Amino acid sequence: MAFAMILVPLLFAGFAALWPSNRWRPWVLPAGAVVYAVLAALVLVQPATNPAPEAWLALDALGRLMLLAVSTLFLFCSFYAVGYLKERASLNNRVFVSCFMAFAAVLSLVVWARHLGLLWVAIEAITLVSAPLIYFKKDKQSIEATWKYLLVGSVGIALALFGTFFLAYSRLAVAGEASLMLGELLANAASLSRPWLRAAFILLLVGYGTKIGLAPMHTWKPDAYGEAPGVVGALFAGGVTSCAFLAFLRVYQICVAAGETVFVSRLLLFMGLFSMLVAGLFMIGQRDFKRLLAYSSVEHMGILMIGLGIGGGALFGAMLHVVTNGLTKGVLFLTAGNIDRAYGSKNTENVRGALKRLPVSAGLFLAGFLAITGSPPFGPFVSEFTILTGAVQSGRWLTAGLYLLLLLLVFIGMGKTVLKVTQGEVPPDLGPGRPRERLLTLLPAIGFLALSLLLGLYIPPPLGGLLRAAARLLEHPL
Amino acid sequence: MPNLVNTILVIVLALNLFALGNSRLMSVIRIVSAQGVLLGLLPLVMHGHITIAALLAAGVGIILKAIIIPSMMLRALRDADIKREVEPLIGFLPSIILGALATGFSLLFVTLPGLADEAAVSLVIPTSFATVLVGFILLTTRYKAISQVVGYLVLENGIFIFGLLLVEALPLVVEMGVLLDLFVGIFVISIIVNHINAAFSSLDTRHLVSLKE
Repeated sequence: MAFAMILVPLLFAGFAALWPSNRWRPWVLPAGAVVYAVLAALVLVQPATNPAPEAWLALDALGRLMLLAVSTLFLFCSFYAVGYLKERASLNNRVFVSCFMAFAAVLSLVVWARHLGLLWVAIEAITLVSAPLIYFKKDKQSIEATWKYLLVGSVGIALALFGTFFLAYSRLAVAGEASLMLGELLANAASLSRPWLRAAFILLLVGYGTKIGLAPMHTWKPDAYGEAPGVVGALFAGGVTSCAFLAFLRVYQICVAAGETVFVSRLLLFMGLFSMLVAGLFMIGQRDFKRLLAYSSVEHMGILMIGLGIGGGALFGAMLHVVTNGLTKGVLFLTAGNIDRAYGSKNTENVRGALKRLPVSAGLFLAGFLAITGSPPFGPFVSEFTILTGAVQSGRWLTAGLYLLLLLLVFIGMGKTVLKVTQGEVPPDLGPGRPRERLLTLLPAIGFLALSLLLGLYIPPPLGGLLRAAARLLEHPL
Repeated sequence: MPNLVNTILVIVLALNLFALGNSRLMSVIRIVSAQGVLLGLLPLVMHGHITIAALLAAGVGIILKAIIIPSMMLRALRDADIKREVEPLIGFLPSIILGALATGFSLLFVTLPGLADEAAVSLVIPTSFATVLVGFILLTTRYKAISQVVGYLVLENGIFIFGLLLVEALPLVVEMGVLLDLFVGIFVISIIVNHINAAFSSLDTRHLVSLKE
C-alpha cells in the first residue's frame, strides 16, 4: 500500500507533465487528489498494527494522523488550484501541476518512513518539489523568494543530515554498530552516547526547524508565502511544515526514550516562545496580509513546540493543533489569494473594504482570522486551550503566562491588519463593480472553515482515538 | 593508514583558510573543487578494502565536485560577465581570523569529556566541524549568489568528512545523503543562478532586497 501511495501521485504527475493542453491540465490535480484520498482512506480504516522493527516503510499513529490531516488539505487545495489556474490561464502550468501532484508522493514517503535516512531524503525531496511552486509567477519577487527558500532550506537540510549522522554516531561510539532504523534507535535509546545525542538533537532542531519555520530560521517564510500563490501558501503552512514537524517528532521520540526530556523540553519551550514573540512583533504594523499569514504560521509552529515542550496533557493539544492549524491556515491562505487577485495587491494601502467588494471571501477571511487566533468555537481554540491546561497542570506558570501574553500580542497585531483589509470603504479607483467569485475558489475555503468549526464543537471518536494514540507515542515512545 | 588520512585532512583545513582569504572568485571555486577531490579520495585510503559500491560513490562524487559543479559555476561567471572579485561583507583578513578561530575551537571541542574515543585521536571530527563552520562563514559573509553556493559546498564537504566515520556501518545512507546534497547544490546553481542572472542582469544578492520588512 505504501508503494501504491507513492507511485500513484507520481503517475499523475508524469501524466500532467505530458498532457498538452494548458487549459485542461489543472483537472489532473483533483482527479489525482481524489484517488489519493481514497487510498489514504483505505489505509486509515484498517486497524492500526505495531510496525515491525525491521520495516523501512510502516505507518504508526503519528504517521496516520499526519496522513489524515495533510491528505485532507491536499484534496481541498487541489480543487482550489483548478479555479486559481483558470484565472492565471496565460501562465504555463505544466511544472506547477506536476510538482503540486508530486508533493503527495513525497508526503506518503514522509509518513511511512521508519528509517531516519529515508525520512531525511523525503524532506529534501519536499524542498525540491515545492521550490517551483513558489516560482510559478516568474517575476523578480518570486525569483528572490525562491532563491531565499532554496538557500536557507538547503542549509537547514544539510544541518539535518549532519544531525542524522550525529545520531547514528551516538550509537556507533558506544556499541560499535550503527543504525538509523527508528525502532532500533528507540529500543537502544538508553545506551546512546549522551553528548552526541544532545548535539544531534540541537542540529536536527535547527535543521528541521528551518523547514518548520521556527524563529530565527524562519526568514524564508514571509518571502515564500508572500510571493507564492495563496493555494501554495496553504499547502506550505499546513503540509510542508507538518511533514517537517513529523520528521522532528521522530527525533523527539528518540530523545524522550533516552530520558532526555528535561534537556529537550527546555530548548523547545525557549524556541516556541521565541518564535511566538518574533512572529507577534513582526505582525504589528504589517501591511502585507500574505506576509502576515506567514508570521502567523511561525507563531503556530512555535505553539506546537511549546506543546511538545510541556509534555503530558499538552501533547494531545499539540497533535490536535497540527490538524486545526492546517485546516484554518487553509481558509486564510485560500481567501487571501482571492482578495489578492481581486485587488491586484496584497498591501493594506490598496486593499480596503474587502467585505463590500468580495463579501464571501472577505467574510471567510475574517472568520479564519478569529479561528486562528483561538476564538471559540473554532478548532484552534480547543487545541490552544488544551496546551494551556497542560502547562497549568504541570505547574509551568511562567510558560502559561508568557504563552497567554504572546497570544494576546498576536491577536492585536493580526487583528489590526485583517480589519484594515476587510473593513472600510473600497478605494474609489477600483470602480463600483464587483469581481465574480468562483465556486471553485470558494468551496474549498468553506470546507476548511466548516471542518475547523466542527473540530471546535465535536471531535469524532475515531479522530480522538488517533490523537490519543499519537500523543501516547510521544510520551512513551516504546 | 592514519598518517595519510591526517595529512589529507590537514590539507583540507589549509584549503578552508585559502578559500576564506582569496579575493578571486575563480580561484575560490578551484580551491573548493580541489578540496572536494581530496575528500573523494579519503574513503578509499581510509578503509583497507575497497568495494565496488564505494568506488562508484567516490567516482560519482569526484566527477561532480571536480568537473561538473566547477564548470557550471565558471560558465555562469562567464555568461554573467560579472566582476571576478569576491566582494565580502567583512574583510579577507577578519574572515581568515574567524576561520582560524573556528578551526582552533573545533580542535579543542573534541577534547571535551564524553567525546574522546578512538576517532578523536585522528583529525576527522575536528576537521569536519571546522569545515562546516568555515562553510557557514562563507555563506553569511559573501554577497554574490555564486559565493554563497560555494559556501554551501564547503559546508557539504564538512558533513561528508563526518560521514566517513559512518561509511562502514551505514554505507547506503552516507553515500545517498551526500550525493543528494550535491545534487541539490547543482539544482540551486543551475536554476536559480540562470534565472537571477536573466532577471536582474547580475548575480549579486544585494539586488535581492525588494522583499523585506
